[in-house]
Amino acid sequence: MSALIELKDIYKIYRMGDNEVRALDGISLSIDKGEFVAIIGKSGSGKSTCMNIIGCLDVATSGTYRLNGKNIGNYTDDELAEVRNKMLGFIFQQYNLLPKLNLLENVALPLVYAGASDAEQKERAIAALEKVGLKDKAKNYPSQLSGGQQQRASIARALAGNPSVILADEPTGALDSKTGRDVMMFLKQLHSEGNTIVLITHDNSIAAQAQRVVRITDGRIVYDGAASGDDVVSRQEKAGEY
Amino acid sequence: MGFAKCFKMAVSTIWASKVRSFLTMLGIIIGISAVIILVSLMGGLTQQLMDMFADLGTNSIQVTINQRAATRNVEPDEMYEFTDGNDLVENASPSLTVAATVKTSKENKSGTVSGVSEGYGDMRRLNVTQGRFIQYSDVMSKSSVCVIGAYQAKTFFDDGAVIGRELKINGTPFTVVGVLEEKEDAASGSGDDVVYIPYTSAMRLNASSVVSSYLLTAADEDRIDEATSSIKQFLKNKVGDEDYYMVISMKELIDQMSMMMNSMQTVLVCIAGISLLVGGIGIMNIMLVSVTERTREIGIRKSLGAKQKNIMMQFVIEAGTVSCIGGVIGIITGALVAILAGKLLLDASITPSAASIVVAFGVSVAIGIGFGYLPAKKAAQLNPIDALRYD
Ligand SMILES: Nc1ncnc2c1ncn2[C@@H]1O[C@H](COP(=O)(O)OP(=O)(O)OP(=O)(O)O)[C@@H](O)[C@H]1O
Ligand SMILES: [Mg+2]
Repeated sequence: MSALIELKDIYKIYRMGDNEVRALDGISLSIDKGEFVAIIGKSGSGKSTCMNIIGCLDVATSGTYRLNGKNIGNYTDDELAEVRNKMLGFIFQQYNLLPKLNLLENVALPLVYAGASDAEQKERAIAALEKVGLKDKAKNYPSQLSGGQQQRASIARALAGNPSVILADEPTGALDSKTGRDVMMFLKQLHSEGNTIVLITHDNSIAAQAQRVVRITDGRIVYDGAASGDDVVSRQEKAGEY
Repeated sequence: MGFAKCFKMAVSTIWASKVRSFLTMLGIIIGISAVIILVSLMGGLTQQLMDMFADLGTNSIQVTINQRAATRNVEPDEMYEFTDGNDLVENASPSLTVAATVKTSKENKSGTVSGVSEGYGDMRRLNVTQGRFIQYSDVMSKSSVCVIGAYQAKTFFDDGAVIGRELKINGTPFTVVGVLEEKEDAASGSGDDVVYIPYTSAMRLNASSVVSSYLLTAADEDRIDEATSSIKQFLKNKVGDEDYYMVISMKELIDQMSMMMNSMQTVLVCIAGISLLVGGIGIMNIMLVSVTERTREIGIRKSLGAKQKNIMMQFVIEAGTVSCIGGVIGIITGALVAILAGKLLLDASITPSAASIVVAFGVSVAIGIGFGYLPAKKAAQLNPIDALRYD
């Protein structure tokens, strides 16, 4: 069986005049269905770039990317939109809820673009909000919620479309440690329910809660293995930083 | 995403920034109301002129002979003889104008008095409500009698009994033998402000021995042009040089007038159209700003699976809605101003035509969609990752 996500020799190179920034410098990675993977690395190492490519928000300079066995390299803008809509759920560091829509409308947005009926949109959005414990806030606007609640709403939005992969870029980055832990608990619960999760973080203690850790340094994978095994590497790296 | 949802979203976005939306609409509001006002007022004015001409009889033909230059003149008897022998022309009457001061003990007014024959009343379809019209005997005996309009009956005499009373025209006393039916509120300068006397008496007042102008009527409304040319032929034989007479049919005059009014209206509407163009550019400008401001929103929507056509539709409908609301406000203000201006300036009740309203509404929708297209296209083609990173 082929992997759900399969990156092969992915390069992402930004050219600025004579300068060349290799945000991703030959990444090969495959993630199976049901895995909980943490991508970890220092600031500027290329984590977000990697996730944007996995999330079909950006295209690689070279290399092949197969999602669910399909090479999406030659997809058009609209085809990529459809892939994002049907297969991917995003959780961003800055929540990225639309401020003028209430929670219900925000969570229903992926379903709107999927062409679901009004009744189905409402039903599934409420179910998703219930799952994150925000059903009673359905009519509230994002600005009326705490950061943790907003992040839970964005998780509900990622879940609403029932995607194959949940991609979370620093989901706890803007939260205090307690609410951050709540969010992590939640992601772990989703994993235990069978969801595939790719989590990006620079926090080792958070990465340690995943099943598998991929460490990126300067656009290259330097470690890929069990979360416990990475502990040593991270300590060494930490020692080197100071 | 359906149209209804886009529309609802557009309305709430517009409502969320009321002042800005209103300013965006202003160009369209001004343009559309200007068009509505101009079209309505021009329509009213044209109608008024047409009514005025129609009142003189659409089948009437005016003949004027330049007395001094012409070696020969046309006597009334010769004119009657011509009309009797011509199937196209029904009737003729001398129609002389006398500049006159009309005076009674109550009132004194300068104006004009018309000298006509006994047939004139029927030709112009004048209804006499009291007394009678001028008769053949009055013409023959050059009687000092007159038939007056409702305005004169009201202003020159104190009470209802008018027949048999006397008024002075340029100092000569005339006896009122008839009063005409009221047509236009008996107002001064209207069709009710008239004094008719026998043309022979008018010639005496004018101290002239010839009749220089006639009113003729065509027998058939559809053959007015033929009647006009037969009259021209007659005059050519009689008077000679074409420069010495003038034949104008009311139909010709009305046609010319309506053509003139039409081209004037076209010019005015084109000028008003420029403000519509400016309004459209205003919408485009604000939509471009709006797309930039909402780059992040567009990025989020695209990350959640919005296709280009979804984003496109959202912005086009928003622009269309802004311009549509502007159009409706413009139509309402334009109609109100036109009705008011009609009352005050033309003294007529003017209503904007349904066609002008429908066209104005259509134009405003088209402007919104047309000028919203470019900004919407720009929004739709944003790269999702660039849009998400945008602050
Ligand atoms: N649009 C761009 N143009 C030029 N360089 C870019 C662009 N986007 C990213 N980069 C560069 O690519 C490298 C990787 O960036 P990326 O955002 O993936 O880092 P990151 O690991 O997510 O860091 P952080 O933890 O701070 O979010 C950085 O050196 C960055 O400067
Ligand atoms: Mg990042």
